[in-house]
Amino acid sequence: MTIPHLGTPVSASGCSAGSCGSKSAQMDALSADTLKKVQDHPCYSEEAHHHFARMHVAVAPACNIQCNYCNRKYDCSNESRPGVVSEVLTPKQAVKKTLAVAAAIPQMSVLGIAGPGDALANPERTFSVFRELQQRAPDIKLCLSTNGLMLPEYVAQIAAANVDHVTITINCIDPDVGAQIYPWIFWNHRRVMGREAAEILIAQQQKGLEMLVARGILVKVNSVMIPGINDAHLQEVSRVVRAKGAFLHNVMPLISEAEHGTHFGLTGQRGPTPEELQTLQDACAGDMNMMRHCRQCRADAVGMLGEDRGADFTMDKVEAMEIDAQFEQAAMQRRLALREAINAELEAKRNARHAAPVLQFHAPKRGRPVHMAVASSGGGLINQHFGHAKEFLIYEASSAGVRFLGPRKAAQYCGGESDCGEAENTLARTIAVLADCEVVLCSRIGFEPWGKLESAGIMPNGEHAMEPIEEAVTAVWSEMLKAGKLDVAAFEDQKRA
Amino acid sequence: MRTLRLSKGTGEKMALEIVEGCVNCWACLPLCPNEAIVEAHPHFLIEPSLCSECVEAFATPQCAAICPVEGVIIDELGQALNPPGSLGGIIAGLPAPAANPQVGA
Repeated sequence: MTIPHLGTPVSASGCSAGSCGSKSAQMDALSADTLKKVQDHPCYSEEAHHHFARMHVAVAPACNIQCNYCNRKYDCSNESRPGVVSEVLTPKQAVKKTLAVAAAIPQMSVLGIAGPGDALANPERTFSVFRELQQRAPDIKLCLSTNGLMLPEYVAQIAAANVDHVTITINCIDPDVGAQIYPWIFWNHRRVMGREAAEILIAQQQKGLEMLVARGILVKVNSVMIPGINDAHLQEVSRVVRAKGAFLHNVMPLISEAEHGTHFGLTGQRGPTPEELQTLQDACAGDMNMMRHCRQCRADAVGMLGEDRGADFTMDKVEAMEIDAQFEQAAMQRRLALREAINAELEAKRNARHAAPVLQFHAPKRGRPVHMAVASSGGGLINQHFGHAKEFLIYEASSAGVRFLGPRKAAQYCGGESDCGEAENTLARTIAVLADCEVVLCSRIGFEPWGKLESAGIMPNGEHAMEPIEEAVTAVWSEMLKAGKLDVAAFEDQKRA
Repeated sequence: MRTLRLSKGTGEKMALEIVEGCVNCWACLPLCPNEAIVEAHPHFLIEPSLCSECVEAFATPQCAAICPVEGVIIDELGQALNPPGSLGGIIAGLPAPAANPQVGA
């Protein structure tokens, strides 16, 4: 990336230092048709995810393959599945819950079916929800996630249901790699084991991907990064799926705590460090658009990305609601009005980038990059108390501008606090997760965490509460530069000490 | 039409059974050609009068062919259709094997 100079008109990407990082520049380069498809998708568009909400309904419990990072029983796994101990909904309940949430949260724009098993291992349940919602809430986009095994068989039905976003989890294109990830699949009424299973699964995934693209359906590919197994292989996966027309490739870290009882958890297979994940994401970014803001949200998640309001919409609460046609219609009108306003605002921001291609801040040529962690509950603002943050958005500020590296969980969700260690350890674990950051920006922070963060070399900063994230990150970096903190690798020395 | 099948040895009705250890993952339920599988707690059950062990329909009983947990589907002799080790030991209740010293250290 070249370093822009003050006063130099910026090229068509428009989005250099101080605005929005590489992702928005990529969005500007997309075709108008694709842009329209993703612009209000809270999972696909980095701009939109601050403003729109999505929900998943856990209507598809059965699964037809076994992954070594999944145990069928418990919450906490890698493919957005809550585990069958959570509430599995009937299709009728799923429709009612969706309508109730979409009435209460007008930002609701996407309904997904991701599990807890596989959407296409439960085709009748999945497609009956889609059909019903198309009738009663046609403004809501439909998406599904699948392991891809049954995808070719259902592409026609997916298109007929007007599903326009499909996520396929593709962890490999080499059966020898696959044999280490998938012990077996259920195929043609029998269990197929080992390498043969991986061969069939890979062939089905690739065929399904091609068929979806041929029909103009947006395809995202998810990959779970498993160090020592597919980490070196995923760049090739990225290249191949992009060549076939996948719109996004999302590399997620393996989650494999022993207490989750997965094969990888029990055999000590570790997940990647944040640095390893970022290195791979960077290596793949040259190949295709990456989704840095992925939260590995659960299959029953409700709300804005990064938040889960599922507890507000448990089935007993939903069942108690009266929902009639008039109510549905009014709710849809509220959603449409809000969506129009938000899209107008985003459009204005995009236009401003093109119209005023003069840099918003002086881009100095010196000064090393700094990672900063941000506590935000959405809207692109620093608006969350440090102690309330379940995740932090990690940004990198440098002389080249600000770029978003991705979210990091403050503490992995598990079976509950009792499984995850004492509350006082939570802060220590959060500090470990943010080890490479030098600043944490939040709306407020308590006295005790302040001290512990500071002594760990991470400076808390509450001075930019309610400000837009990227402007604040830029301002803090500029202050550090002015104070002479960025000339030497002081941080490295401090961390080593 | 379903015919009741009796075991040659014992004269008992031949039917598969789901036992403790089942994690209620639902995988078997939509596959059963006789709709013999019932959602129940603490775990799913097979209605013995409906189970045909898939003999006329498929090469292997469908519930056992998709079940992810070893040892939880047994025949009338008490034999597990997926004996220990047959599925690579991926089972919720298994004790953790010795951790690999190379990782996580």
